[in-house]
Order: sequence, then structure tokens, then C-alpha cells
Amino acid sequence: MDARVKLVFTLVFLVCLNLTPSAAWPAYILFLALVISAALAAHLSPGLLLKRSLIALPFMLAALPLVFTGPAPTIILHLGKQELLFSITGLERFISIAIKMWLSVLTAVILGAATRFSALSNALLQLKAPRLLVTVITLMWRYLFVIIEEVTRMQRARSSRSASVPGRHRGGGSVWWRARVTGGMAGSLFLRALERSDRVYASMLSRGYSGDLPAGYVYPIPKSQKRLLLPGILVLFLIFVIGFLSGG
Amino acid sequence: MEAIAEIKDLSYTYPDGTRAISDIHFRVMPGEKLAVVGANGAGKSTLLLHLNGVLDGKGSIFINGMELAKKNLGVVRAFVGMVFQNPDDQLFSPTVFEDIAYGPIHQGFSRETVRERVEEALCAVHMNGFAARNPYHLSGGEKKRIAIATVLSMRPGLLVLDEPSAGLDPRARRELIELLQELPQAMLIASHDLDLVRRLASRTLLMNAGRIVHDDVTASVLGDEKLLFENGMA
Repeated sequence: MDARVKLVFTLVFLVCLNLTPSAAWPAYILFLALVISAALAAHLSPGLLLKRSLIALPFMLAALPLVFTGPAPTIILHLGKQELLFSITGLERFISIAIKMWLSVLTAVILGAATRFSALSNALLQLKAPRLLVTVITLMWRYLFVIIEEVTRMQRARSSRSASVPGRHRGGGSVWWRARVTGGMAGSLFLRALERSDRVYASMLSRGYSGDLPAGYVYPIPKSQKRLLLPGILVLFLIFVIGFLSGG
Repeated sequence: MEAIAEIKDLSYTYPDGTRAISDIHFRVMPGEKLAVVGANGAGKSTLLLHLNGVLDGKGSIFINGMELAKKNLGVVRAFVGMVFQNPDDQLFSPTVFEDIAYGPIHQGFSRETVRERVEEALCAVHMNGFAARNPYHLSGGEKKRIAIATVLSMRPGLLVLDEPSAGLDPRARRELIELLQELPQAMLIASHDLDLVRRLASRTLLMNAGRIVHDDVTASVLGDEKLLFENGMA
């Protein structure tokens, strides 16, 4: 499928999903069904998707206080002399936020895994996303791998010297010392990244870089896929309406 | 005399399916300086990374009489001093002292022993007085010497050097060769620099497409123009 079509569907999906009110369980099930269908159509491994979607976990936990600060009705929990208010509505809201976050991340992961990065950045440009933003994302993506390679080489060199003495069980250094070494590595990596970026920028300038990355060729969206756009968006909107009517 | 390193039927395939080295077999004797030459992609660096267990291929590796295994990695890494091509990968501390002290501290030595080891290593690479310097601000040749000192502080029996003369100016290169000639440890040196190999190594392994295609005294390998040409070295 054309990257622009996928991107439009993903954006509309995210807007509809996140505007759906809390406790709209039927709508969440329908959204989940759509996500599963997309993953199946893209032949992506469920294990990989679940693993990558774990990135949503810290954000989900940020919503946990809602359980204890939500409105009435509340259940009073006795913890020794302390009392804790447990809100049913708060719990519903927390679960709704967690589901929406997880589905959002899962959708982004599917889009990323099923689309080449260059196609995605071109699609963003053609859909009139700010050029500077797309350039920053593209360069960040490209040099993320360069930095990962640098980190791998440094870790390899460090582990090559992480030695021990035969028969001596103690070793490995204190936690404080290891933290200092890791800090030193991070600092060294920062300096190297800075130097590297200077070299890369000089080489970009010498090849005529003027602030814009060259855009790829623009191919028209195939007619069969164009025809899918409107019904697809309508389906998403319909699920949103179902959610609006059934939610709390 | 017993070999200090013995590699038997070693093969390694990268996770993406690329066969990097196949059926590697050789021994390094104490004090021997052995060179590994070959074109880019011949598998030299991949081979070196097996010597201290950074990569784990099929086959067996014996270091100082021990078979290399997960349980003795720490001891093997003290015995096999790995000097990487880019010294910046190896030098990550704010001072030269801390970089050289990394190995001995990790080994659990006392503060006094660590200081002695650092002084000994700095002396061995003729860099006394550099302990308080920031490695980041040293020249290429100085960084290389300090990178060697970072492994000498663990008192290794075998030095493994990946392209030691890469990126050095003629003087730094000459001084490095003289330093490596002085050091008493056995060495395994991967290099494209045939002059360095001629001056340092008594024996040379010629690699091509992940295999050792020739193993002989250095003069014989480097004197055979046809052999070198066929294997991308001339």
C-alpha cells in the first residue's frame, strides 16, 4: 500500500481513537480488530509487535494515579492506619487511557515496520508536513544508527578489558566506579557525536546541501488505493461515533 | 613448547547470514609475532574478535591452556590484550590514568597495585607523565600508545592488534613499530601495512574470503607477488 495512504489512515485512526471517550469498550474492541487486521495484512510477527509496543508502558503508568484520585463512587481501602480512596470511575479512565496509549503505539509500530523509512519521510513531505521537521526526523533516523554503531564499538572495547584474575571472586569494581566509567563513556560519546556531526555536515555542504534534503520522486497514488481512502476514513469515524455513544 | 593460543576449526556466520570466517586453524607460540593479512572483508577483524570471546563462533579456541568459555571470559580477557583499530573506541575516561586503570580495577586489585600497573604500562609505551592528561586531546600516535597501555596494565601474554598503523603519520608509525618490536608479548597483528608486517612478524597468515589461504614465514608470503595479487594484497 502507498505510504501516503497508510500515513493518512494512521493519523485519522490516532485522532479518532484518542478522541473516543473513556469506557467505550465496544469501540476499543473495533479499533483493536482494525489494528490486528493491519498487522496480519502486513505479515508482522505478533511477538515483535508486542515487544516493541512495550514502550507505551511508562506512559500508561503515568495515568495510574487516576485510580486513587478519580471521582466518586469510591471504595475505602484500609492500609494499617492509612486510608486509600479507590475510585471505580478512575479505574475505568485509567484502563481506557492505557488501552488508547497501547493501541496508538501499536499502530505507529505497525506503520514503521511495514513501511520503508524513505517512503514514510517522502509521504510526510507530500502531505505538506513542515519541511524542517521532516529533515530533522530523517537526519535523526539516519544518524541514530551511526551512534548505535559507535556505542557498540565502545562497549566491545570496554568488555574486552573487563577482566578478572584466576581464583579471585571479587572484582568488577564498585557501583560508584562503574557509574563513573559509564558517565565517562557517555561524555566521550557526546564529544565524538559532535565531531562526527561536524564532519558529516561539512561533507553535506560540499555536496550542495542547502537546508533541504532532496525529495524522492512523486508517484501518483494508485486509483484502487485512492478509492479506499474515503470508505476507510468513514469506517474509523463510525467507530468513533459508536464509542461516543457507548462511552462514559 | 605449548602454544599460548590455539584456534581449531573456527567458523563464524553473522546474524544476517553472511559467512565471515570458515575452518580457521592456527597456533601462536609464546613470544611469537604473527601477522594476519588480507584484503578488506577477508575476515581478519572478525577472527581477532574471537580471541577474547567478543564473538562466539563454531569451533574451539584455547588460550594459555584454557578452552575459551563463558565461565573463564574474564581471565582470558586479561591474558589477551585487544587493541582496537580506532583508539577512540578504547579510550573513554576523562584521564589517561583512569583509562589505563580500568582493567586492573575491574580485576579487583588494590589501589597501590593499580597505581603500579598504570606506571608500568605508561613506562612500557614511553608515555610517562601523561597520566593526568585527557585522552581526547592527544595526537593519533599518542592515543595509540595509550590504547596499548590500557591492555598492558593487565599484564597480557598475547597482544591482539587490529590495523595498528591505520591513520598514523610516518613518524608515529615508525615509533609504533619500534615500540611493538620492543614489547616481549606474543602478538597477533591484523594489517594491510605490509612494511609493518615485514618488520614485525616472523610468520604471516594470508586470508581471503574468510579462509586462511597461506600460512608461512613472512618473507616467503610477502615475497610471492603472484600469491599477494591473487588474494587482493597487491
